[in-house]
Amino acid sequence: MQLFPCPFCGPRSESEFHFGGDAGNHRPEGFRTVTDGEWTAYLYERNNPRGAANEIWMHMTCGEIFRMERDTVHHRVAQSFALGEGDGHDGMAY
Amino acid sequence: MTRHYSVFSLFKEGLRGQKGWQQAWRSPQPKPRYDILIIGGGGHGLATAYYLAKTHNIRNIAIIEKGWLGGGNTGRNTTVVRSNYFFPESTALYEMALKLYEGLGRDLNYNIMLSQRGIITLAHSEAEMEMAARTVNAMQINGTDAELFGIDDVRRVLPLLNVSPQARYPVFGGVWQGRAGTARHDAVAWGYARAADRLGVDIIQSCEVEDFLIEGGRCRGVRTSRGEIRAERTGMVVAGHSSDLATKAGFRLPITSYSLQACVSEPIKPVLDTVVLSPGTGPYASQSDKGEMVVGGALDRVPSYGQRGNLPVLEEVVSGLLEMFPSFRQLRLMRQWAGIVDVTPDSSPILGESPLPGLFLNCGWGTGGFKAIPAGGTLLAHLLATGKHHDVSRPFDLDRFSRGRLIDEAAGSGIAH
Amino acid sequence: MTAWRTEGGSAIDRARSLRFTFDGRVIEGFAGDTVASALLAGGVSVLGRSFKYHRPRGLWGAGVEEPNALVDIAGDMPNTRATQALAVDGMAVRSVNADPSAEKDRHAFLDAFARFIPAAFYYKTFMVPDWHSFEPRIRQMAGLGVLDEAIQSPAFAEQINHHCDVLVVGAGPAGLLAARTAQRAGKRVLLCDDGRQVGGSLLFREGAIEGKAGADWAADVAAELAEAGALVLTGTTAFGIYDHHLVGLNQKGADGAPDRLWRVRSTSIVLATGAIERPLPFSNNDLPGIMSAEAALVYLRRFGIVAGRKVMIATNNGLAYETAQALAAAGADVTVVDYRADVPAPAGLRVLKGRTIVSATGRGAVNAVKLSDGSVLETDAVLASGGFTPSVHLYCQAQGKLDWRDDILAFVPGRPVDGVDVVGAAAGDFKLPAEIGATEGREFGIVAAWPKPNSKERVWIDLQNDVTAKDVELAVRENFVSVEHLKRYTTLGMATDQGKTSNVNGLALMAELTGRRIPEVGTTTYRPPFTPVPLASFAGARSGTRMKPLRRLPLEQQHRADGAVFRDYGGWLRPAYYGDGAPDERIQAEARAARNGVALFDGSPLGKIEVIGPDAAPFLDFIYYNTMSTLAPGRCRYGFILTEGGNVYDDGVLVRLDENRFVVSCSSSHVAGVHGLLEEWRQDRFDKRRIFIHNATAEMATLTVTGPKARALMEVLDLGIALDDTALPHMAVVSGVFEGVALRIARISFTGERSYEISVPADRAVALWARLRQAGEAFGARLLGLEALMILRAEKGYIVIGKDTDGTSRPMDFGLTAPLERKKVEFIGRRSLLTEDAALADRRQFVGLEAIDDKGLLPTGAHGIEPSSAGLRSTGYVTSSYFSPALQKPIALGLIERGLSRMGEVIELQHLRQIRRARIVSACAFDEEGSRLHA
Repeated sequence: MQLFPCPFCGPRSESEFHFGGDAGNHRPEGFRTVTDGEWTAYLYERNNPRGAANEIWMHMTCGEIFRMERDTVHHRVAQSFALGEGDGHDGMAY
Repeated sequence: MTRHYSVFSLFKEGLRGQKGWQQAWRSPQPKPRYDILIIGGGGHGLATAYYLAKTHNIRNIAIIEKGWLGGGNTGRNTTVVRSNYFFPESTALYEMALKLYEGLGRDLNYNIMLSQRGIITLAHSEAEMEMAARTVNAMQINGTDAELFGIDDVRRVLPLLNVSPQARYPVFGGVWQGRAGTARHDAVAWGYARAADRLGVDIIQSCEVEDFLIEGGRCRGVRTSRGEIRAERTGMVVAGHSSDLATKAGFRLPITSYSLQACVSEPIKPVLDTVVLSPGTGPYASQSDKGEMVVGGALDRVPSYGQRGNLPVLEEVVSGLLEMFPSFRQLRLMRQWAGIVDVTPDSSPILGESPLPGLFLNCGWGTGGFKAIPAGGTLLAHLLATGKHHDVSRPFDLDRFSRGRLIDEAAGSGIAH
Repeated sequence: MTAWRTEGGSAIDRARSLRFTFDGRVIEGFAGDTVASALLAGGVSVLGRSFKYHRPRGLWGAGVEEPNALVDIAGDMPNTRATQALAVDGMAVRSVNADPSAEKDRHAFLDAFARFIPAAFYYKTFMVPDWHSFEPRIRQMAGLGVLDEAIQSPAFAEQINHHCDVLVVGAGPAGLLAARTAQRAGKRVLLCDDGRQVGGSLLFREGAIEGKAGADWAADVAAELAEAGALVLTGTTAFGIYDHHLVGLNQKGADGAPDRLWRVRSTSIVLATGAIERPLPFSNNDLPGIMSAEAALVYLRRFGIVAGRKVMIATNNGLAYETAQALAAAGADVTVVDYRADVPAPAGLRVLKGRTIVSATGRGAVNAVKLSDGSVLETDAVLASGGFTPSVHLYCQAQGKLDWRDDILAFVPGRPVDGVDVVGAAAGDFKLPAEIGATEGREFGIVAAWPKPNSKERVWIDLQNDVTAKDVELAVRENFVSVEHLKRYTTLGMATDQGKTSNVNGLALMAELTGRRIPEVGTTTYRPPFTPVPLASFAGARSGTRMKPLRRLPLEQQHRADGAVFRDYGGWLRPAYYGDGAPDERIQAEARAARNGVALFDGSPLGKIEVIGPDAAPFLDFIYYNTMSTLAPGRCRYGFILTEGGNVYDDGVLVRLDENRFVVSCSSSHVAGVHGLLEEWRQDRFDKRRIFIHNATAEMATLTVTGPKARALMEVLDLGIALDDTALPHMAVVSGVFEGVALRIARISFTGERSYEISVPADRAVALWARLRQAGEAFGARLLGLEALMILRAEKGYIVIGKDTDGTSRPMDFGLTAPLERKKVEFIGRRSLLTEDAALADRRQFVGLEAIDDKGLLPTGAHGIEPSSAGLRSTGYVTSSYFSPALQKPIALGLIERGLSRMGEVIELQHLRQIRRARIVSACAFDEEGSRLHA
């Protein structure tokens, strides 16, 4: 089974993790002004890259969400980052 | 040259050392221009080409496939066909497919080995029986065959099933669809390919799309590893690779690609004569005509294009199978593999024009594309031929997401809520 | 085959003889024999019948590559390879796919019709009338072994996780050397081999290493490894490499015990998996008596068996000479047919150079071969070597890419894969490791001997699936030319041996027929498992309650003592009702007791997730559909949590303990989901230093007292709280004390009666429950199970998530529209409530349904129906249906189109083709004003 590096717990089995979508998928604010297109893009559209991926994951054992860069073809994991670390690629709204 | 398949031609060729058979399909060079181009040589793509030629009499078409035809999910699935869905839109879609499957062998002059041996979706509690009743009623009202089975009915069709009240997931009954069953996946692909080729369709293998030709805001064709190919309309039918091509075309899709594993046991004499699915233990299983148990289960929940899964899911699926059929402990696993499934938020497919005019989509079938091949082909053919939706495909347009009109089968039928 | 037992045989113990039966015939052997070796020595020439044509087949190999000798051993798994099964005294062995026996099979006539049933013939026929007419017969004839339904194997396979520095797969010379080197360098080593002993080819080939005989050297290395603490596993197959270099091993169980699964995570993996001998292609090369030259050497050296009297060795390489010399020394009359013209012939051996075998003849066994020079030679055993194919499966599974080597005519590992080394014959290195002074006398020197097109008779490529060269030609003729099409069309390589002896010969022929080089044709994808692995190994002990353990209540023993009948509710084992007697009566009585007196209910699985911190209130305003920040401390409010898609995900009461402390109660089956949802938003949208989430669900038991006499009972308990309705009104919460421990009492009702939900640390549940029971006696308090609770809430029109909602339900469908209209701040799913779907006029809305046709309860799952252009259409369905004890009539709830604006309307419903009629009524059937909450 795959090993994913939780930034807080270290390498753990894939079954302890939950996929949380693309990193950088910011929630559009202002429900009155957000268009159908903007909302759909946020809620449903996905990058789904073949190859290098930048993703948000939750380690269910410790409850922390984090960002992970990995390859969806070779399944190699590059690196993981606590939210707010790295170069700001995560989904933080503020 | 012998073209037609029948017991007579088989006999005749037997006398001639099998030397007179016509090729199943040609290996033509791609032309620079066609009326319609179909990207993807799997079941849906091949069926689309066939129906374009046969129903709409449009024959100047090409299918381009980056690998070998039928080599993607069509060659990797667990061969189940059924139309036991909840919403009327889904029933219309999968019934269209099942009805076409029922005549397909003759239609294509290819034995697709449709075996309508039935499918039972088990219910493991009173609450699940209520959901089963809800589904059976929906199916009957929406125009397909369904029965609510009790425990005795289940025992009758699944004599080896563990029905002990002490089982972790005791069996109360389930949803039965008698017309469901299996069909030989390779035969479906090859049958459509041969029939389409006969009608003049060019099937071009080992031809990968590198980019789209976009002019005047419209898709005019593609640039491939074998040159440029232009067309009035283009269909994209590439399942797990849909997002990859969509990116090249400048838009995104509500799709995530995952590995879906399946496996077969060593072949044994027949002991399982129907298809069974358990939402409790997890797997679905049938026994192929060669004698192998064909087993599948849940996705590996890690987005992937790798066409391979890992042990945790396999172990869960196998343990679920042995929980249902303790006597299968005597069997060995012979081979395992995986496909790339394109999963949408409501687990319903996407049919319709893409955000790039001139490019039409047939994707998002997720774990359930094989059963729908004849309908997917018919509906995309209609779209490509007329530029408009067939009544059956309209609800599955990409715009359903922005309209909030998802067709969420799992939600509607009570599974995984 | 006229094989005979001579002296020697390092694997057998002649002092211990045994007997077993094969197809009813008595076979004698020795301890250490495999079923295959005993059959060979016993003169059994036909071991089975081929899959399609039912041709008689004999033994080909000595190991996992064996394609023919599959047997069913009574009391054991079907399709066992006879070469891997140890012979045991008293065994009853049967051939597979043969009836009544391998010798005399009733389907042998099929071979006469072979020309009419080539590869893929079934796609060209069976269409008239349709496949169903033929399928049962075909299914009966397909399949190999038979499942013995009487066997209920009781034991579970162990599964072991193991970490090490170096995993070495294969304990032949290369593997032993790699393991020893790693061990001496201080690494933790695991060495595995699928044979019964370590040694690989050293067990049957001659050669000296470090001055010792190969077999002795192997034993010494194994001893050194064991003493140094390395793990050495025999009978263990590394069947697959998975992502991140996890390797799966299957270890054969001893004495009928189940096999064991090992999951090994190793820093480095060394693959020393050897190479498998290929058959030579010639007409009728499947006759019994035609065997692998290397296998014949194994049978001689390990089992003391000489393969025949007048033996032909056919080879295109030098490795078969050892077999020739060994058999000659053992007394067989040996002739070597060497496909190579220019080779030195060892003294004392008859060698016909530069000739090939064109065909073999015989009925049921080989009796002669015809050579390329026209000569016909009598023989009773043809030992063939067509070259060796390195076992590269695991390397390829690790995403390695193969290279083709013309000098050895084999695919070998190409570029290295990180962390995976391939050594020895698996890497195309067919000599013993020279670096440790190994000596041996052979040169490989192979010439091509691929199958040729247009042979007059059949040349077999895949023995197990009955695929011939003609089938490959047919595939090409029909344009199935990619390697995967070839495989699927002909089924070459798809049998239980997965093409170990057939793949390369098939590709080579395909290459020639299509004018390509072999590497251009390529190979099919290598998939686990390398050899078939018992399903039980993958399942382990994951069975019964260990599959998905049910969650248990702190008060389970007490409920049992009270005669509870338990059922699985959302993954928890909970009392459905209590006592003997007809369930319906018990349930109705419990419900009546709650309405008329007082009842006690164990609601411990109720989710209790604490949200704490200065930003807790605005956080919960975002989480919930309803406004929650306006909730006063000490108060409770019912609300929905939506998905971002605007559908109802969960409902429950939010309890505000003080300014910065809330408790989210959620349905017991959604606790993990709600917890995850709360964490996700806390970390991704808010300042996580100002909000903390704590899931206290399992820490706290929740015991409910409900009914008109509830307050009276509570007063007797003396929990240190004021119970008047000013101090503790409905939907308020206070703290109390029980035996020195703090507890929480909330007036929240799911029954519609005055109710007190008491939350106490779980380890105090037993004591508090006992206290409640004792105090309750004076009031005739009854125990309330889940089933009665479900009826009580239904009488009130209270929803159950997942039963009265489905994944498409939106809050407006339940009449809760105020937040949508008036809430000012963002909340989960808000924007989705402004979509077209949310505004549809014909949405299914939650209502009551009153049966008006005197046919009893409305069935749950019945659909409302209306005529439509397509015949009928559904307008919704019944979600809950019970006999109401309070109203003494059937009640039901459902989701019906435009239900809320159709009050009083009569509709038709369909259930399993029967029609019912019902009136749409208010969901709340009892005490609409809710006065009983305060009674």
